[in-house]
Amino acid sequence: MNCFQKEIETLPRKEIEAIQLERLKWTVNYCYNNTEFYHKKLTEAGVFDGSKIKQLSDIQYIPYTTKDDFRDNYPFGMMAVPMKDIVRLHASSGTTGKPTVGVYTKEDLDIWSDCVARVAMAGGVTADDIIQISFGYGLFTGALGLHYGLEKVGAMVIPASSGNTEKQLMMMRDFGVTGLVATPSYALYLSEAIKDSAYPLSDYKLRLGILGSEPCTPEMREQIEKNMGVFVSDNYGMTELGGPGVSGDCPVRDGMHFAEDHFLPEIISRETDEPLGEGEVGELVVTTLTKKGMPVLRYRTKDVTKLTYEPCACGRTHARMSKTMGRTDDMLIIKGVNVFPTQIESVLISMDHIGPHYQLVVTRENFKDSLEIKVELVNADLLESYGELDKLKRRIEDKLKSVLGLQTKVTLVQPKTLERFQGKAKRILDLRNQ
Amino acid sequence: MAINQLSVFVENKKGTILTITKAIADAGVDIRALSVADTQDFGILRLIVSDTEKAKAALHEENCVVSATQVIAVSVSDVPGGLHQVLEYLAEEDINVEYVYAFITVSGKHAYVVLRVEDNDKASALLQSKGITLVTEEDIKAL
Repeated sequence: MNCFQKEIETLPRKEIEAIQLERLKWTVNYCYNNTEFYHKKLTEAGVFDGSKIKQLSDIQYIPYTTKDDFRDNYPFGMMAVPMKDIVRLHASSGTTGKPTVGVYTKEDLDIWSDCVARVAMAGGVTADDIIQISFGYGLFTGALGLHYGLEKVGAMVIPASSGNTEKQLMMMRDFGVTGLVATPSYALYLSEAIKDSAYPLSDYKLRLGILGSEPCTPEMREQIEKNMGVFVSDNYGMTELGGPGVSGDCPVRDGMHFAEDHFLPEIISRETDEPLGEGEVGELVVTTLTKKGMPVLRYRTKDVTKLTYEPCACGRTHARMSKTMGRTDDMLIIKGVNVFPTQIESVLISMDHIGPHYQLVVTRENFKDSLEIKVELVNADLLESYGELDKLKRRIEDKLKSVLGLQTKVTLVQPKTLERFQGKAKRILDLRNQ
Repeated sequence: MAINQLSVFVENKKGTILTITKAIADAGVDIRALSVADTQDFGILRLIVSDTEKAKAALHEENCVVSATQVIAVSVSDVPGGLHQVLEYLAEEDINVEYVYAFITVSGKHAYVVLRVEDNDKASALLQSKGITLVTEEDIKAL
């Protein structure tokens, strides 16, 4: 078993929960005593220093923390230690206003890289690997997070950053790169570039793809694996929780293992905000259990998923979360139907003749919403018959209808005309409020 | 006796055909015949050109989806009923014509017409047996 901290990662459920309860009490007490923000929040909720917490389910008395709280307390309002103890700052891309800031003590960084090392090894990385990190470096947690975690495993890290496709491929060939770290969409883009390039796949030594920072559907994963000849593992995290390393795929890939001794996951109802049970689909809420620089209580991730506590076939016992089914905030509501872009992506990737890139355009006319899906026609086989091409379009529309329960309009466009993304893909164009 | 035809996917947006004609012009290739089938969403542009390979390569450079296929072309007398006679021969033998379009240029007293049928060999043989002249790649280059 390729495992970074085997003893912890395979603890019996009872022992994991005992550790969690002890650390939850500590975290609540720590937040109450060290941040004005939580002191006020916990006082208002009647939880105070957490001495009344007797069991894990008592977490329900603690108020949620949201992205708005981070925004309102920007940049250092939620920090729990004096500035001299902080050794690193990261921030999210901040597509909507101010970025979200995360700060780390030395100990935080050490635990963070442990968590990333667990994810990396669960994904197959060993000390023999040469890993190219094609995430954009900078404030973003992804690149440096993976960087230090992979070094901890003992792998050789190439901090390639993103951009310049030719150079990316050259480095892969020349340095004998065995693993790629990137967003799924950038990995797909690079894998297409490899396919189109003058060098055969045998010139590459790639065997692993460690992808994260945006959802990756099984179909997209399959395509990347096919194009590049790699085994892809997905991992999960966010700036508010310290970055990647929160959870990640193991070789079984039946849910991503949480680092449950450092993060306490819950699922809550999207409608009522009430806690849900194992296997139920809802919004993921996470409490950090060991963070000192910027601890977080019950953070609402807006990611929709479900949890299972069944021990995994890989031997790990920590809870697993399913691949995110979308975010509560990029979930499109069209004619009252909830639509996750990942559902559409799954359909598109499973179809022949078209490429994996797409754009969703939502418009409203006469108070009626409509969803247009632009996809690239990549195969010239159907051009002989106008009817065949029209049938392809209808086939995609029919399949989407059966998956989404919604009539959509598919538009075929020329290849390589839809925008490619090197970071998080922005595929939705919602024109309804303009 | 068939000739090469290019089919190009055309998005229904401003300037798409312009991109195609420019790419072909810049490659120094002549367009001999063309036809567009379209709906609201997209169309297929069909072309007979002086140099198929060159035009295809130029269109690929522009990220166009292009396919090359074989069609037959006939030389019909430029008189009333010229084309009708050809189509009648095909109908008699139950040969289905998917689409027809004519060349831009004509040669003397003859018009060139492109016919898309399922079986090029069968249709060619039939038409030749009826005394219809088929257009060859050489004829097209010579235009």
